[in-house]
Amino acid sequence: MIYNEKAECMSAPEKEELQLRRLQDVVKRAYENVPYYRKKLEAAGITPADIRTLEDIEKIPFTTKSDLRDAYPFGMFAVSTDDIVEVHTTSGTTGKPTVSGYTAKDLDIWGEVVARALSMAGATRKDIVQNCYGYGLFTGGLGVHHGGQKVGCTVIPISAGNTQRQIEIIQDFKSTILTCTPSYAMYIAEVLEREGIPPEDIKLKAGVFGAEMWTEEMRNEIERRLNLDALNIYGLTEIIGPGVANECMEKNGLHIFDDHFYPEIIDPQTLKTLPEGEKGELVLTTLTREGMPVLRFRTRDITALRKGECGCGRTHVKMDRITGRSDDMLKIRGVIVFPSQIERALLKIPGMEPNYQIIATRPEHLDELEVQVEASPALFSDEVKHVEQVTRSIEKQIHDEIGLRVTVSLVEPQSLPRSEGKAVRVIDKRDMS
Amino acid sequence: MSEDKRRKLKQISVFLENRKGRLWKAMNVLSSAEINIRALSIADTSGFGILRMIVHNPEEAKKALEADNFVVKVNEVIAVEVMDKPGGLDELLGVLNQADINVEYLYAFVEKKCDKAIVVLRTEDVDAGIAALEASNINILNADDVNLL
Repeated sequence: MIYNEKAECMSAPEKEELQLRRLQDVVKRAYENVPYYRKKLEAAGITPADIRTLEDIEKIPFTTKSDLRDAYPFGMFAVSTDDIVEVHTTSGTTGKPTVSGYTAKDLDIWGEVVARALSMAGATRKDIVQNCYGYGLFTGGLGVHHGGQKVGCTVIPISAGNTQRQIEIIQDFKSTILTCTPSYAMYIAEVLEREGIPPEDIKLKAGVFGAEMWTEEMRNEIERRLNLDALNIYGLTEIIGPGVANECMEKNGLHIFDDHFYPEIIDPQTLKTLPEGEKGELVLTTLTREGMPVLRFRTRDITALRKGECGCGRTHVKMDRITGRSDDMLKIRGVIVFPSQIERALLKIPGMEPNYQIIATRPEHLDELEVQVEASPALFSDEVKHVEQVTRSIEKQIHDEIGLRVTVSLVEPQSLPRSEGKAVRVIDKRDMS
Repeated sequence: MSEDKRRKLKQISVFLENRKGRLWKAMNVLSSAEINIRALSIADTSGFGILRMIVHNPEEAKKALEADNFVVKVNEVIAVEVMDKPGGLDELLGVLNQADINVEYLYAFVEKKCDKAIVVLRTEDVDAGIAALEASNINILNADDVNLL
């Protein structure tokens, strides 16, 4: 069901007119109220009056993560802190965290876009949403919470962790929609199987999974094990949180809510805007956010945009599933490798548990990649030669996918870390100095 | 058919990562489950080891180990009597070689039966192995015989 038909099924000319009006408005608001943008636009010789067409957005300089970090804590706010009613931050693993600030109107917008996302998963007032995204400074928990409440669902603010309790609640409260990271969904599936809980006792019909990269193959695994529709949600704290884009039941690309967030694709090297259908770095501009407008934010996520009709009836532009970030990628012996490629290769092997870890080392001045995979009955045998054969065939599968020779090591079940949030798949032990 | 089935002995194999304490942990699990090990061998490679065992209750042993997250496989092997003197094993392997039977691995029981030693044997084709041994009148012990040792 479509949450907001007027917005989600808007005709292209009407949408473009709306986007242009909103773009002109946000550039004006940023110019007038955010010293950082005033300085940046003046330096580029731009004033709000210079935005006359949508293409004029290309005149605006990019905003990067480090720009936002430098403004810590509240330097990017366009309103007085008195008007900011909620703040969230990024995790700050690579330095000072980035702060995102929301006015009451912004929370309304956030709720609206997440409501559209949940509705794509079939959520209505009758649904019970088990929200395992972390509540707190992370945008996942409260973002889905706001959206769920807008739809009128019964939201269980269970947050992440305590998987035994999660399982009990899924059964006792008869949750129908699961929201969490895909790696946590896999973990829940694993525990359900281990406890021998019959599928009839689970009322889950759909899941809205995101906050980390996951493959089409991982979706198939999750759908098979949890017996639900697994949809991909996309978002980022700097823009709003979850709810920038979401998959519809066509499962063929994520609709970007482009009446609120204007997307572009650029070549990360040349910074030139790329045409529809070409893969590159996603750049986003908030069109309606009040508290903290963001212009041309370089997300570092790699994707492509696709216009045209969708079987669901929505006209929002679609983006491909994110298969890597421009900073997620590993360079091994000069070859670019994305963890998603390895995931895809592993999941093509029957009986493979999707628990893996990639370790990059440089033992003798040459990069080496080790892929640790948990042993399972399907991969084991009483004969050494069979186990070695299996290991070699996994190595071959990966080699076919990435063109590089890797070493596959079997490790014991449950020995690789499980995640409640984003799974850490890559450990880079190379000293890059 | 059931005659034949009894001639095959169940063996459990356990995956062991090449990490400190894994073998000890497996043994610990088995002793806690009061499983008696009759014969064992470990095949080791640089990355991992395969612990193979003949126990008095393979199904129970498998369950106990799996509950502790070990990967376990059960498969069939052959328990054979050989003369407990020099040349005993030589004779056995000679018979298999003549019949063109490939031996994957072999290890010995601790117990013996009077003056005979007992050896656990895995041939590439278990049925062919049994046929070749019987054709040369080599005594194959069945599961009951083994449990009485």
